[in-house]
Amino acid sequence: MSGGAKLPVRVAEVVQVNDLIKRFRFVTRDGSPMPAFSGGSHTVVEMDDHGTRRLNPYSIMSDPADSSGYEISVRRDDVGRGGSLYLHNHVTPGMEMVISHPVNLFPLDTRAKKYLMFAGGIGITPFLSQIAQLSHHGGRFELHYSARSRALGAYMDRLTAAHPDRVHCYFDEEDQRIDLPRILANQPIGTHLYVCGPKGMINWVLDTARAAGWPEPALHHEEFLAPPVGDAFTVQLAATGKTITVAPAQSLLEAIEAAGVDAPYLCRGGACGQCETRVIACDGTIQHNDHWLTDEDRAEGQKIMPCVSRFAGKHLSIDR
Amino acid sequence: MSKTEFPPSIRSRPVYADLEPRPGRSHVAVADGEGAEAIVEMLDKAADRPAMLAALHILYAPGPNGTDQWDSLQALGAAQCFRAPTIPTLLPRLGRVVADAHMGTQFYLAGTEGLIGQAERDIMATGFPHAAIQKEHRGSTVRRMQCVHCKGITENVATDPFKCSHCGLWLFVRDHYSRRLAAFQGVNIDAEDKGEIPEPVVRFT
Amino acid sequence: MSLDFTPQFDGFFRNETFRDDFTYRNSPQNIRRFAFPFDRDDYMYSVNMEPHTPGRPGSVFEHTFDVDEHYVSEMIDRAKVLAQDPLRCQSLPHMTLAGWDLLELIMESKARDYPQWFSLEKDGNRWRWINRPMGIDQTFTFLDESTLPYGPFEYITRQTQGDFSLQDERDGTLWMDAGMITSQADWSLDFDIGMNFHEWHAPVPLAHEMGVFDRALKFLLKLQHGAPVRRYNWTMTVNPLLDTAPETYPEWGHMRTLPTQENMGHMMHLRVELQGLFRLPRSNAIAFSIRCYLAKFEELVTVPKWGRRLHRVVRDIHPDVAAYKGFLRNRDAMVEWLSKYDDGKPTSPGWWPDDEE
Repeated sequence: MSGGAKLPVRVAEVVQVNDLIKRFRFVTRDGSPMPAFSGGSHTVVEMDDHGTRRLNPYSIMSDPADSSGYEISVRRDDVGRGGSLYLHNHVTPGMEMVISHPVNLFPLDTRAKKYLMFAGGIGITPFLSQIAQLSHHGGRFELHYSARSRALGAYMDRLTAAHPDRVHCYFDEEDQRIDLPRILANQPIGTHLYVCGPKGMINWVLDTARAAGWPEPALHHEEFLAPPVGDAFTVQLAATGKTITVAPAQSLLEAIEAAGVDAPYLCRGGACGQCETRVIACDGTIQHNDHWLTDEDRAEGQKIMPCVSRFAGKHLSIDR
Repeated sequence: MSKTEFPPSIRSRPVYADLEPRPGRSHVAVADGEGAEAIVEMLDKAADRPAMLAALHILYAPGPNGTDQWDSLQALGAAQCFRAPTIPTLLPRLGRVVADAHMGTQFYLAGTEGLIGQAERDIMATGFPHAAIQKEHRGSTVRRMQCVHCKGITENVATDPFKCSHCGLWLFVRDHYSRRLAAFQGVNIDAEDKGEIPEPVVRFT
Repeated sequence: MSLDFTPQFDGFFRNETFRDDFTYRNSPQNIRRFAFPFDRDDYMYSVNMEPHTPGRPGSVFEHTFDVDEHYVSEMIDRAKVLAQDPLRCQSLPHMTLAGWDLLELIMESKARDYPQWFSLEKDGNRWRWINRPMGIDQTFTFLDESTLPYGPFEYITRQTQGDFSLQDERDGTLWMDAGMITSQADWSLDFDIGMNFHEWHAPVPLAHEMGVFDRALKFLLKLQHGAPVRRYNWTMTVNPLLDTAPETYPEWGHMRTLPTQENMGHMMHLRVELQGLFRLPRSNAIAFSIRCYLAKFEELVTVPKWGRRLHRVVRDIHPDVAAYKGFLRNRDAMVEWLSKYDDGKPTSPGWWPDDEE
């Protein structure tokens, strides 16, 4: 089955964390324990949004040692395609939903002497499960967490209370900035760096670290892309003989699924590579929006990642 | 001596490339024998040579073939420059240097496979990613071999097959290489047909 | 050597040896369930992975970890190997959590699949494990290494047939950072531990050029918890030696010179590896089980389809593959012996004996 093993769950709790963020707790329907997972994992939440099927990835933020449930935090996006709005507006305690088994595309390197973490806004969520895991096993970490304002700094209170010497908070509203060059200069050899947050922040942290001589294998980041909204386009599915139209607020993957064609996926955010599909004919431009394909792959034009990428032109035929 | 060209081999056999100066807060260069030339040439490419020299620590030992280019390294004027009589006497100092190193340190290894492999092993032990350690082969191609049977290491192996310096078995030389042991693998050549040992051929010089 | 467990052969498990006098045999019913790896009359490397879902009852696929009549004797042989050479089991320091993951997977699977032999009781993290065939009754604290006589990985793999390795996923590849390797097809854990996927497979001929390892790695990196996969590998071994390690090659290598037409059926063994791959939940590592099944040629040819097929596979195999698998010197003699069991009739697709189709 595409997307791997599924977990039928019940929504146990919905908590308004601040003006933008709600937290959802999922438990099994029969009261059995949830599968164990590793810090940094995500789950794909399936939604039936009034007839539109949505599958969005969210980092699991709860303690991996807690098998009684999984928690995710969702930031409301008022201009996006609607997954977060559906969760915020329609998901209530007691509802039955389906989520995927946890998948980790942002794992901790367990050989690291130290973990240096940078979080921006909702990008804090994978670090919450990682820090819980490190706390159980004695791992050494240092977290730098920036948010727009004190009111929007989700979970800062619990983090600073539990780890007063290891967690450092910054607020844009108060003109506080992470002193990145100073922090990077003092890390012991064997440190690994992790960053999750807005694209600009990720690029700034990684570029600064590279310029300071940090080696690429010690740099880790995670950024899930929401499938971008675009113009409608038509695609021929060569293997099944169907021709489909992808609506402006629909991804190619969603349109393939809506046509009744089973296609592989894991993260649905352009990161994991699972949905990679061969291009059979292309007269036009593939809008590659993923993090998976290399520049050479894109130049060759033989592959497309239907979870986030789109097309503009006369004709596109893919092997699905 | 010019750079070494190795024939194509299996995926576990180490590969080497020219040393390139990279940005960093400090630089550690480890070399033996003709590897000194690679360090000198790398510095010639540095955009800011004085700054690099001011943050450079060189550790050097003569090569297994007797090549000693210490003078050319000493003349560079690096912040620290150390000559060890042998590789085993060089390694404890390297261990001391990496123990207190910070991220942003660049490592440059040059010379024979024995020196490169052992320095890489000790730097890796700190958790530093081995793929980020630069390695350039220069000079002798003699090999550091592990006997898979008695686990003994024989240094500076020149022939194939060769006699294990510990257990005395005749071993053939594989290209299979362990970074963790910093050695190629030697396997008994007459295990199936006792006493049928081919004439040793000099393959490494 | 004294054992730290008390074997209970109990009528089902065979008391036999894999060394010295080589008393290893398959019972007639065990031959029928042998993990015959050829589903067609020829062989070349391929990725050949399929979901490791419960298979037909009585077969080696019925349960997650197959336990058969050789279980207790294999565990005694493993204890002997480890007493002679503890380096056959190693786990790099960062793999402890993956070891606990594997211990949990094996204990839960065996207690579920073989309740007559194994039981697991949990009271929070306080667990009690009973292994009746080995006479073990152990109470311990999950995730607390100080409550077990060995590390979690060594503890559970001393009680489980087959070799195991644990792969850590980093930098877009898998790193073999732990292993319990005492029934291997001639590779050294002590040498290979710490290598990545392409490095430890480096000595395999032809397959790299065919892209087999690139495809296999890509597949494995997407392996998900709860969705294990399996594949076959195989070689040939003279005498039922579980432990064909390079370390002891000078001791067993000469056996390859012994086969004749007279002793071939008894002495030559098809050695099948049923490999299982499991994503582990807490560590995100991948456990790789390499279960070795041995059968004498004379046992295999009691199934007519297998006799015909084995002859054709050995006769037509690429010489580089035969050389890598270590039987090139005996190949012609093997073909000669097997030819008596090949009447040229067509064979049916698939592994199973014809009367079970």
